[in-house]
Amino acid sequence: MATAADVETTAGPMVPMPFRITKRKRELSDTWTLELEPVGDKRVVPAPGQFTMLYIFGVGEVPISVSGDVDGPLVHTVRAVGAVSRAICESEPGAVVGVRGPFGNTWPVEAALGSDVVIVAGGIGLAPLRPALYAVLRRRGEYGDVALLYGSRTPADLLYRTELGQLRGRFDLQVDVTVDAAESGWQGKVGVVPKLIAGAQFDPDSTVALVCGPEIMMHFAARGLIERGVPTDRIYISMERNMQCGLGHCGHCQLGPTLICRDGPVYRYDEMERLMAVHEL
Amino acid sequence: METIESLLRDVPLFEGLSPDQLETIAGCGTNVQFAEGELLFKDRDPAECFYVLRHGNVALETFVPTRGSVVIETIEAGEVVGWSWLFAPYRWHFDARALSLVRATSFDGVCLRGKCEDDPKLGYALMSRFAQVMIRRLQWTRLRLLDVYGDGHRS
Amino acid sequence: MIEPAALEDLLGALAAHGFRTVGPTVRDGAIIYDDIESAADLPIGWTDEQEAGRYRLERRDDEARFGYAVGPHSWKQFLLPARIRLWRARRRDDGFVVEQDEPEGTPLALIGVRACELHGIAIQDRVLLEGAHADHDYAARREDAFIVAVNCFQPAATCFCTSMETGPKAEGGYDLALTEILDGDHRLLVEVGTTRGGEVLAGVPNRPAEPADIEAAGAAVQGAVENMGRHVDTTDIRDMLARNLEHDRWNDVASRCLTCGNCTLVCPTCFCTTVEDHTDLAGNAERTREWDSCYSVDYSYIHGGSIRPSSRSRYRQWLTHKFGTWFDQFGSSGCIGCGRCIAWCPVGIDVTEELAAIRATDRPEGAADGDD
Repeated sequence: MATAADVETTAGPMVPMPFRITKRKRELSDTWTLELEPVGDKRVVPAPGQFTMLYIFGVGEVPISVSGDVDGPLVHTVRAVGAVSRAICESEPGAVVGVRGPFGNTWPVEAALGSDVVIVAGGIGLAPLRPALYAVLRRRGEYGDVALLYGSRTPADLLYRTELGQLRGRFDLQVDVTVDAAESGWQGKVGVVPKLIAGAQFDPDSTVALVCGPEIMMHFAARGLIERGVPTDRIYISMERNMQCGLGHCGHCQLGPTLICRDGPVYRYDEMERLMAVHEL
Repeated sequence: METIESLLRDVPLFEGLSPDQLETIAGCGTNVQFAEGELLFKDRDPAECFYVLRHGNVALETFVPTRGSVVIETIEAGEVVGWSWLFAPYRWHFDARALSLVRATSFDGVCLRGKCEDDPKLGYALMSRFAQVMIRRLQWTRLRLLDVYGDGHRS
Repeated sequence: MIEPAALEDLLGALAAHGFRTVGPTVRDGAIIYDDIESAADLPIGWTDEQEAGRYRLERRDDEARFGYAVGPHSWKQFLLPARIRLWRARRRDDGFVVEQDEPEGTPLALIGVRACELHGIAIQDRVLLEGAHADHDYAARREDAFIVAVNCFQPAATCFCTSMETGPKAEGGYDLALTEILDGDHRLLVEVGTTRGGEVLAGVPNRPAEPADIEAAGAAVQGAVENMGRHVDTTDIRDMLARNLEHDRWNDVASRCLTCGNCTLVCPTCFCTTVEDHTDLAGNAERTREWDSCYSVDYSYIHGGSIRPSSRSRYRQWLTHKFGTWFDQFGSSGCIGCGRCIAWCPVGIDVTEELAAIRATDRPEGAADGDD
């Protein structure tokens, strides 16, 4: 395989490395999970919370969070919302895409050892949190209570449904799910995800909370956690801005004093709260 | 066998009430049970009580022709169901259906309204607590109104 | 000391050392930076007269080579070019292969770099070289660049380098530094900053400097200090801006700002770029990178819309970044006080005036954040 070797010798972080799609699974009507293996021997070893830049030949590049077990193949869950993400979702197994990264910082799964862990996900925000959940479950005995609280728009928009069902069967994990709206037939909860926080079992004095979803949902979730008594500096959120280079060089992902691709995407809520309150920052 | 009064002490809604006030409220309470699918109350009926859920879930629903029963929100154990008993015209605005076996304490709203008239302190305490429940539900409803997952944030 | 005529020898020596010489020259009514083959290309006898929204060349009554302040160009034209190709990719049976572009090999000699501009280059170095990743292209262009600094003796009315502590005298970061002396004999003091600077100077006719030369050079630079056109109070400036994100002045300036992005193009430190992917009919793809501006609506686009749709928020982003959050991100100010953004703003928005207006009604804490 000359391809990857060629690239490896000269590649800077701006050069995509070829990866082959080995598996593709439809999650929702517009969302797919892809497994990728390097065409050469250059593996990508991400940490929970990191993202890569996925490139479709000649079309363009988008930032996508890592959504699989960081010990396995590279896994991404992609929602088709633009030209590039649509092209990614339409790529069949066998197709080769470009990968740059991984970039960004990580969920504090190590720092949370010994604490209770509350994972709050909204919509496709579950995808970047799944590697953190795997990391916590791998060393389950070293954490206190662990809760996964997940909200989506409707029952049809719930990501990883089969897996959620399996996780529900575990005695060492609370899984609670709610949807914003449901027709009759849905036996689960209806309401916003912050509402699940009130009912979850954890000790607010010894909890690390990991929150990911639309910005406004994270804000409400953080409020719910604070109401339960979780200190703001133990609540972590994952921010989204226009990330292009992944290196802190292109400027697009600035949010006030920070560059999301370089310093984030994971931030302590107390660092972000004031900035999130400023419109159009 | 737990008394209703001791049950009330564990309900967050009644946190901070004096023993006298708890006793008064408990005096209007009865333990009740609903089978899965049974209605706790029905849209447009007179609202004469509220429930504190001890076990099980309740769905607030409304019937939409061609769509059937649409769930507005679900309410879980530990929470309060019903505030229409406190405000004119004292009629329910939605159906409340037990999603599972429900055990609850029902409080006689007509009796409590009378006591609130006589004891403004109790009236204020209950009013501010129910306002808190309403505000929270209002905020959550507003959040849902934003339909934050609708246009594909986060990919 | 060298005579003005020896600048020709300096250019020759640099060429002999394998450098591509770029420096100031007059074109289209402005002093710009471009390739210069002869010292005759320098803006001999020209100066620039600048004000908010105004830039004019004027004739000097002497033959000064460096008798101007700064023009619309900066050295980022050469170190971080407006548009480059990052790589090309070719399809293959097993996917595609990517070939990274290398910048052309000839090292640059930058002639006439102002003290403020040296700071500008150092600021871009911090962004593009000194983080966790170095930018491949910038690093290659920057690595061997030879810098001939020129100390300022005639600041423009738009200059405020003394406020930003970036000039007018070059304090380091150069190979050679010139001070042009017009008082008495027309001559240039040359200071050597590096060994290779000394090697280049060895190929240029020169004589040792007398105390009188050094005194005259000092007086020339001191004249620039005293004639500084503008001033910015930088006390606590990062926090001052951070606590005034809801200041009324942002609405005021938004009513004037055209969000044209001129200020970001002329700014020597603005580094933002965007990439574009292209394909051709033969199945080849390439990625180019070009300057971008935080004044464009698309700059902050994420799926669902732009983060900063209003001109108020885009102007605020630029100014607070330049003078405030740059400290958080890269450990220094992003402004060098060169005044280009003032002169080249089509509506004459003056950063020094905007900063003073915000400071004049500085609010200890931002607007109350209310609910409902």
